[in-house]
Amino acid sequence: MKLTGAQILWECLVREGVEVIFGIGGGAVIHLFDALPQYPIRFVLVRHEQAAAHAADGYARATGKVGVCIATSGPGATNLVTGIATAYMDSSPVVAITGQVPTPVIGTDAFQETDITGITLPITKHNYLVTRVEDLPRVVKEAFHIARTGRPGPVLIDIAKDVQFQETGFSYPDQVHLPGLRLDFSDDENVQAAADLLRQARKPLILAGHGVILSGAGRELRALAERAQIPVATTLLGISAFPESHPLSLGMAGMHGFYHVNQAIQEADVLLAVGMRFDDRVTGSPSRFAPNAQIIHADIDQAEIGKNIRPAIAIVGDAREVLSKLLQLVPPATHPEWLAQIGQWREESETDNPLNENHDGHPLPQYVVRQIWEVTQGNATIVSDVGQNQMWEAQYYIHDRFNSLISSGGLGTMGFALPASIGVQIGRPHETVWVVAGDGGFQMTIQELATVVQENLPVKMAILNNGFLGMVRQWQELFFNRHYSGTRLLGPDFARVAEAYGIPGFTVREKDQVTPILRRAMEIPGPALIDFHIHSEENVYPMVAPGRAISEMIRRNSYQTV
Amino acid sequence: MRHTLVAMVEDQPGVLNRIASLFRKRNYNIESLAVGHSETPGISRMTFVVEGDDRVIEQVQKQLYKLVNVIEVWDVTRMPAVVRELALVRVGCPPEQRGEVTELVHLFRARVVDVAPDSLIVEITGTEDKVDALLGLLKPYGIQEVIRTGRVAMVRGNHRSSEPTVSSPQ
Repeated sequence: MKLTGAQILWECLVREGVEVIFGIGGGAVIHLFDALPQYPIRFVLVRHEQAAAHAADGYARATGKVGVCIATSGPGATNLVTGIATAYMDSSPVVAITGQVPTPVIGTDAFQETDITGITLPITKHNYLVTRVEDLPRVVKEAFHIARTGRPGPVLIDIAKDVQFQETGFSYPDQVHLPGLRLDFSDDENVQAAADLLRQARKPLILAGHGVILSGAGRELRALAERAQIPVATTLLGISAFPESHPLSLGMAGMHGFYHVNQAIQEADVLLAVGMRFDDRVTGSPSRFAPNAQIIHADIDQAEIGKNIRPAIAIVGDAREVLSKLLQLVPPATHPEWLAQIGQWREESETDNPLNENHDGHPLPQYVVRQIWEVTQGNATIVSDVGQNQMWEAQYYIHDRFNSLISSGGLGTMGFALPASIGVQIGRPHETVWVVAGDGGFQMTIQELATVVQENLPVKMAILNNGFLGMVRQWQELFFNRHYSGTRLLGPDFARVAEAYGIPGFTVREKDQVTPILRRAMEIPGPALIDFHIHSEENVYPMVAPGRAISEMIRRNSYQTV
Repeated sequence: MRHTLVAMVEDQPGVLNRIASLFRKRNYNIESLAVGHSETPGISRMTFVVEGDDRVIEQVQKQLYKLVNVIEVWDVTRMPAVVRELALVRVGCPPEQRGEVTELVHLFRARVVDVAPDSLIVEITGTEDKVDALLGLLKPYGIQEVIRTGRVAMVRGNHRSSEPTVSSPQ
């Protein structure tokens, strides 16, 4: 029996286990949409294609499965670009499907034609333009394989319109032939050498990144840390790889890492960095990063080894596999002096903690975040946006549940949180999902409130509203003599905007309203939005100025370089 | 330092674009690139000349490997290898100078492949130094047009090629 290209695409997706796709239709995918209702795939209609890519990304991060988004040719495809780049930078397995103008007119600047494979070349792991219906099954098979294999990432499939209605016999390949796609794993010698270093260490430290979450290595990480009594710091995307209330947990490192975290990195003698890539937001000045440490770098992507930091020992491999092997080789140990030293630094960190201060009037954002943690009993999945809100969330929500923070780290995409939360909530239908965003980022994709309502998703939304593009304003305050150029934001009444979409909306202007309103929002079975009018010039502290060593931090109390 | 890299890539549409895009995106400095079929159907062989220190070159190789269509990469810079470039040179040459130009060309084991009333086309194969040297000598006669292929390289000895230089992590 012959099937059309459109039918073949959906047959392939069903075989790949796809249950939901996010997108918007259009002329160049109209045949695909015509065939879609025949298949057991939920379609989520978003309001802008960027949101489709973020939702697919959020779904992928929340479930570990490949997220799928779809858009038409031309502007539909180009609108996906920010979302694809976000997924690429954060190694998220996404397959993006776009329609292309019919094969005979490709290259003629036809209506809604754009070279989307050319455009997405640098921001996809791989991409395809399908001009023959016979190629479609192989391409889909390869795309899903590439997206989820090794270091995950987005793959785009651009399908010419005529391919979608051409017919051919269908069979789905059971394996892929990709000689250039290799999975490396280091020799056991390297793992043994790493274990030896860890055994001899007096001040060991683990720095865990997103790779630990992507590989599902939470148990192995915890077992290794406990076995050898090694404290664990994380990157932003490594948050929730290790339970944050664990005595060995230090928290997030880097530009906005707490004093004790960065101090421990700078003093450590052996640093096991696993599933992370030494981003500049983590290392500060790379030449002055962890100056006393022999660094063991374990990552699944060989190209990350030596890219930013030269390690003493490199292990190429999946984080879970690496940690399992280390667990067998590293003997039990204790480091009482080292942990006591870190305990002292931790006390020092506490002197910066604004939650220890009395305040009234506008709530402090740190307090709002901590109260979200209280009312959710730490059980929520948080989807944070980008900027100050993201850092306050990272600092003051205590993530004990594995993979409970979803955020745009590498690309730092404002507007990520709301659309991503759609995918997260669909991927985790029985969990409480909270968006934590600023008033700036929220307005970048605010139209997705309609999708939340149409899909009946109980997403809770907290806007930390300071009337500024807050992180940029903070930089202007600290480094540009309070020259607030282009950062003052006039926002809408978010509660009334929410109400207009049919979502209960609340406004909180006083600290003592924070918890009662949070509780009310939690009691509402569907979505709810709270607009928190926070202190407008509150900053994220500590802060490491760009190019400085991570120990050179501007702290809340001193307001000067320590 | 200038490095010579050899890559085996799948012969598929857009592969050259992917590689060029990678070099541009990562800000690598490519001096020349030569592409052609290899001994295996469906596999093309590329020779790159890339400027950079060892650390950059290591990154170039690792990043090339990440491209799905790239199968193998070697850095042949420090290996015994046959390295060649081909150039065609149109040199201004009235009939009375044909003799001396042809003599120069023969000294370089190059060939005259076309003769026009006022010019010659010279074909030379050799290392870049050799090509440069001949071009230097032809310059006084008036070089009207030059096309150079860029470097191609093959490792000496009876092995087909050496082991890929970054396939196994160090």
